[in-house]
Amino acid sequence: MFDITPQLFALQLMTGIALGAIYALLAIGLSLIFGMLTVVNFAHGAFFMVGAFLGVYSMALTGSFWFSLLLVPLATGAIGLLCERFLVRPLYGRGIDYPLLLTFGLSYVLIDVMRFTFGIEGLPSSTPPELRGSVFLGFGYFPLYRLFLIAATAVIVLGLWLFIEKTRYGLIIRAGSRDAEIVKVLGIDIAKVWLLVFGIGTAIAGLSGLLAAPTRAVNPEMGIPLLAESFVVTVVGGMGSLPGAVVAGLLVGVVFAMTSLVAPEYGELSIFVLMAVVLLIRPQGFFGKAGLMS
Amino acid sequence: MTANKTLNSPGRRALIVGAAAIAATPAWMSLARAQTNPIKIGFPVPLTGAFSAEAQDQVRAAEIAVKEFNESGGFNGRMAELLVRDDKLNPGEAATRTLELIEKDKVDFVVGSLSAATQLSINAVCRDRKVLFNSISQSDAINEAKDWSMYTFHEALNPHLTAGAVARYAFPKFGKKVVYLTADYAYGHEMVRGFQRAGQSLGAQTLADIRHPLGAADYSAFLPRIQALKPDILVLCNFGRDLVNSAKQATDFGLKANTKIIAPVLLYTSRQAGGADAFDGILGGTSYYWGMEDKIPAAKAFNDKFRKAYGGSVPSDYGALGYAGVRSVLQAVRDAKSTESMKVSIALRQLRYNWYKGDQFYRKCDHQSVQSVVIVESKSKNMKDKYDVFNVLAIEAADEKNLRTCEEMGHKVSI
Amino acid sequence: MKKFLVSALVFARGHRVATALLFLLIFPFLMPYDALSVNILIFGLYAVGFNLLFGYTGMLSFGHAAFLGVGSYLAGISVVSAGWPWWAAIGVGVASSCLAGLIIGFLAIRTRGIYFSMVTLALAQIVYYIFYKSERWTGGENGLRGVKVEAIELPGIRIDFLNPLNKYYVILVFVALALWFVSRVLNSPFGAVIEAIRENEKRAAACGYNVARAKLLVFVLSAGICGLAGALRALHLSVVPIDSLHYLQSGQAVMMCLLGGMGTFFGPFVGAAVFLLLEDVVTNLTRYWMGVVGLVFMFFVLFFPKGIWGTLLYQLDRWQNRQGKAL
Repeated sequence: MFDITPQLFALQLMTGIALGAIYALLAIGLSLIFGMLTVVNFAHGAFFMVGAFLGVYSMALTGSFWFSLLLVPLATGAIGLLCERFLVRPLYGRGIDYPLLLTFGLSYVLIDVMRFTFGIEGLPSSTPPELRGSVFLGFGYFPLYRLFLIAATAVIVLGLWLFIEKTRYGLIIRAGSRDAEIVKVLGIDIAKVWLLVFGIGTAIAGLSGLLAAPTRAVNPEMGIPLLAESFVVTVVGGMGSLPGAVVAGLLVGVVFAMTSLVAPEYGELSIFVLMAVVLLIRPQGFFGKAGLMS
Repeated sequence: MTANKTLNSPGRRALIVGAAAIAATPAWMSLARAQTNPIKIGFPVPLTGAFSAEAQDQVRAAEIAVKEFNESGGFNGRMAELLVRDDKLNPGEAATRTLELIEKDKVDFVVGSLSAATQLSINAVCRDRKVLFNSISQSDAINEAKDWSMYTFHEALNPHLTAGAVARYAFPKFGKKVVYLTADYAYGHEMVRGFQRAGQSLGAQTLADIRHPLGAADYSAFLPRIQALKPDILVLCNFGRDLVNSAKQATDFGLKANTKIIAPVLLYTSRQAGGADAFDGILGGTSYYWGMEDKIPAAKAFNDKFRKAYGGSVPSDYGALGYAGVRSVLQAVRDAKSTESMKVSIALRQLRYNWYKGDQFYRKCDHQSVQSVVIVESKSKNMKDKYDVFNVLAIEAADEKNLRTCEEMGHKVSI
Repeated sequence: MKKFLVSALVFARGHRVATALLFLLIFPFLMPYDALSVNILIFGLYAVGFNLLFGYTGMLSFGHAAFLGVGSYLAGISVVSAGWPWWAAIGVGVASSCLAGLIIGFLAIRTRGIYFSMVTLALAQIVYYIFYKSERWTGGENGLRGVKVEAIELPGIRIDFLNPLNKYYVILVFVALALWFVSRVLNSPFGAVIEAIRENEKRAAACGYNVARAKLLVFVLSAGICGLAGALRALHLSVVPIDSLHYLQSGQAVMMCLLGGMGTFFGPFVGAAVFLLLEDVVTNLTRYWMGVVGLVFMFFVLFFPKGIWGTLLYQLDRWQNRQGKAL
């Protein structure tokens, strides 16, 4: 065994946090959709992938990363809105399995649509020029872009928290996830709320795809392993809980990074073991409500 | 894109329509069809999935080989026919497709595959039914006694040879302290073994062999440790998309400043997908690069055939293997004056050929094609056109000594 | 004429195993090639095993590929490493997947609903990694090769197993036995209990049934049947691919059941046949077969949630009732 210096440890920790930022964003979207609509969105990884493709494409088209940051979530959110309105909505009331199955089929379709549009090889993506290079953090050099990733995630989470806690719309969403009946009785069109939430969830997924694109290869299959991993995060944090998604996302990222340091081939396995352990000891996750979705 | 053209080309459509018509034809009518009785070569490759670009190139090049054979008279008036099937890069599917090709289409031979797992699967089905199979993608395992049979041939390079060639070139030049970032599957392990074996006599020192899960998207978890080790050489022992990802992220982490990055196999298509930046300065091995045509006349001839057939584009490494794999088998049919797999196998064992890159032959004990390895380096400046992505640094000549010995592979040696 | 049809229908529905077998006997002659028919048999059985848990008991597992895979690998390893005959290999495959079902089931049934699905997914992925890493036994990513069964030697006859049609009928024997077994289970009081659990778990418990034990038992039975399908698959392909254990394979079971009709006896077979045929045909027509399959699947979820067979049975029921009233 080699020496793990404190510097290496710290650097690996930072890497884990950057990794966890992406997991957290994905899990937030999943948890939002699940908590509000009790729909398990099996197409979430596909929306992430769509966001990555649209992001790379728009960066190439407009030359601006910042503009793409605005454009991509709008675009993926719009696709999400359409899917909810025409594909998912007819299935409400039929039981939790049907929307799950539908989104499973949807993921297949989204993958092939991207293959058809952008080719099977994927698109080469590179770090936006303004964010290239490394930053000296005192214990080592860390890529600037990954620092940006962490910061961007923090901003998004903060923005979302403000939206949900401090605005009227957020209040409706919180109420709706507690008790949809009462919200209807109060005269609010719950269908519109669900539509909006699904759109927000998929928009965040697309945005995380754009943010992740410079760090990995952009190809049609990129969302598949990520989906399983984001389920792990959502379950560990608690399905339907946003703070849970953030905490669990960071935790899973760090666990993966630390396992990769000492036993690299078991990185992925460690995530699933974590999920199994949490599910067996505390099935509702760290922050989830017990009995939710039985 | 030319890719679309092939899949929906008139020839392929005719093949499908023809196959449908034949399937619907009652038995007594097939007597009439028997007069033409083509020589059928099954060609299972992953037309969909991560390597479909390479697979489509394999199909394109294989079709050139078939056309050449037919235009020069075929064999006893019989023409060759390529039956292309999609194995989806999935060994179970590959086995099913091979069963379909052998049992329903009654192919005479099978050529194909583009991954270690699928070729082993296809090989298992073929050898049980005594049908000749010429594999056109990398694997160390297929030549080992456990999987091998008289019907098994291996046109492509294997990891041991490729890794060894790159090691022999790079280790003396760039330093002795080596770190491996290895995909955790058989192919990755085989590449490391090839490097370490060659490195031993050159005094190379393995600082670490870091295994990553196959298909990992994010390598950032491994890079800080590699940085801390300060190696002279970082070997990316992975393939295709994994290589693109790890190359990109290693570049992002600034590893190129102090470390030379090398890869056992540099795919032309991976380089196109990954882009000039990510691959800049990375050096690796390959079975073929079109840029060899300056030095090797056979390469020029092959490239020109490909350019003529496909509007100026050049063949990739796997494309060339598709061409050679089919051409060897068809040549052996003529030599053996038969389409019976065992007779063709015996003819293949005697074959000496130079289809596109120099002299080659199949080693008797394990039917591995002994061939040269090309060392290339990716470039990002002075590119003449979109095809000009590599500099050819060296060509290691074909030499049986660079392969593992027959005994080591489990073969009892007999000539 | 109508009277004959109605009574034929009544007979068929009363003797579903016999009817199914009759159809399966002539099945290979309807399919373009025999390897496809065998695949449909095998995956049909896989879907039937899954359906026992999902359609009849209402538990959506996303990890059933683990049992298919365990059955395949253990049967394969018996042949390759231990040199055992084919019938022993099948036995080992079924027994080991039952054991896996016992362990995974015991852990998983402590949770319900969506968490149950997630646990089965996670546990199945762990099984995947275990088999992936055990390269010496399983071949790792290269898969297990050499599961070679050339002939079935029975007292008096020798059947050439490499002949595709022979292979189909030999495998059909096992599938028939399994179908008969499933039919018996469903017709028994236990069958009624598991359907009661699906309808309303609390009420079933209130009626005095040991729900946990019933769930575990059906889990093990389901695993065993999927294991049998896996063992047969190993003998059919003579290789065991590693992605037999991947969760996409679990997803396929779900799709086949839904396409055919959950909670019906023959539905999963129909679903498997349609799914595999569709994939086969579509793959020859376009490289975007994944998208087409996804579209078809979504179509069924939206408009034919009972599945093909389920909808057919439902319509037949209505027709039968109308005839019954008229007669």
